[in-house]
Amino acid sequence: MSPLKSYHVVRTKSCIYAGLRGLRPHGGFLLGIEKTVEKTAVEILRRAVIYLPKDVKEALNNAYEKETSEAGKTQLKAILDNINLGESGKTPICQDTGIVLFYVTVGKDFGDFSFIPEVLLAAVRTATVEVPLRPNAVHPLTRKNSGDNTGTNMPYINWDIGDGDNIELTAMPKGAGSENMSSFAMLTPAEGVSALKRFVIDQVIRAGAQPCPPTIVGVGVGGSADIALKLAKKALLRPINARHPEPEIADLERALLSAINMTGIGPMGLGGTFTSLGVNIEYAHCHTASLPVGLNMQCWAARRATARIHRDGTVEMMS
Amino acid sequence: MATFRFRTPVSETDARKPNIGDTVYVSGIMITARDQAHRRALEHVRTGKPIPVSFEGGAIFHCGPIAVKEKEKWRIVAAGPTTSTRMEAYEAEFVEKLKPRIIVGKAGMGAKTAEAAKRFGAVYCDFTGGAAVLASQRIRAVKGVEWYDLGMPEALWILEVEEFGPMTVTIDSRGKNLHDIIQRSAQDRLTEILKTLGVSQ
Repeated sequence: MSPLKSYHVVRTKSCIYAGLRGLRPHGGFLLGIEKTVEKTAVEILRRAVIYLPKDVKEALNNAYEKETSEAGKTQLKAILDNINLGESGKTPICQDTGIVLFYVTVGKDFGDFSFIPEVLLAAVRTATVEVPLRPNAVHPLTRKNSGDNTGTNMPYINWDIGDGDNIELTAMPKGAGSENMSSFAMLTPAEGVSALKRFVIDQVIRAGAQPCPPTIVGVGVGGSADIALKLAKKALLRPINARHPEPEIADLERALLSAINMTGIGPMGLGGTFTSLGVNIEYAHCHTASLPVGLNMQCWAARRATARIHRDGTVEMMS
Repeated sequence: MATFRFRTPVSETDARKPNIGDTVYVSGIMITARDQAHRRALEHVRTGKPIPVSFEGGAIFHCGPIAVKEKEKWRIVAAGPTTSTRMEAYEAEFVEKLKPRIIVGKAGMGAKTAEAAKRFGAVYCDFTGGAAVLASQRIRAVKGVEWYDLGMPEALWILEVEEFGPMTVTIDSRGKNLHDIIQRSAQDRLTEILKTLGVSQ
């Protein structure tokens, strides 16, 4: 990813002042790396829920132009109007601001990163009040709402290791309408790719209008049960106009997308061509006796935002 | 396709007019209710406990808004519909006992709700899922909030709305269910779709 903006950092003898141009003014303040990560996390949460990524907006515009069903076109028009209203009013585009999932890639030269969970927790609490986000996190059994989008294992952090002296931080607020349509199948290797195709189409039809189509379909293949589901969600982080680097997988993504768009489910399940905007597949090698397949759906409000934070406090907004 | 503009309270006769595919706008009072509010309301009906609002002739909205309190007054920031299928377990009894005439949500509901809509005279309408800013623009005021102990998304928000819509009728009082028709048609195409993927049944 190439940075869209970078922010200058003024160093003095004992501290770092970061002039975060284009971000919400934080005033003249002292920013340690911990505070920089926290503020940046709040900012990417804000951006994620208000501004859709460029690739998603382009795909929605394209769908609106090409949709042939009148009902479908009406829904896409409402979606595009809503996106514009959200951006101009700096308002979350959907009331379901999701549960907060973070993806953190720590560069091997970044140094101590043990503070990250604590500052991300604080960032979620701040964003809940300031953006605002809807308090969605409840205890899974008592259903008691924590009131601030945090709780046991929430926000959830997915860790990865990267290069350089930076961390790459992605916020993916995930709504329940699409998440509730997730599924998993332990297919048999003998049935192979045919079974995978059938599984994906079956699930799209089963989901119907529920995941707020046009959706993005994330498919994770291989690994183990848990890995397949993790890959399915991670696949949703890839821009929808970027196909998998391996041609066979890229072809499968294209074939599944055009098959999904033959179902006629259409925008918001009211009939039409655009049931999905894209299919993204990620895979892992798996046991010779297994073929695990995970499926994670994303609604049209495919919210994600990424920032890169360097050890010296420089912040680059990547989306 | 016809367009209907309703003002609450809506009579049974009026609620029986629209067909699936028609467009509906609602003005008046709309009350949000999700899973937990449905469950509690029905518990109160069964045990004879009072319910803080009347749903009779009204519009219920499957929605958990983002609301902010400014100078002691609530303001709705974003309020799109939630997936209605989760309320399927409660809605038929809710329609029977509490007599709302208009149910607003997204993604449609099942056979039990369609049957109740037919028997008691109600319509179910889809508002564009995720279009929360568009929806909030049609909300004039928050008249109150009840059962806030259920949490912001699950509470009963009593909203004054003006020309809330456009919405698409997907369950009418004749037993028709548009989402069901579309889903069945997708299912019917399955063999043909799989064939394009080189998969034989």
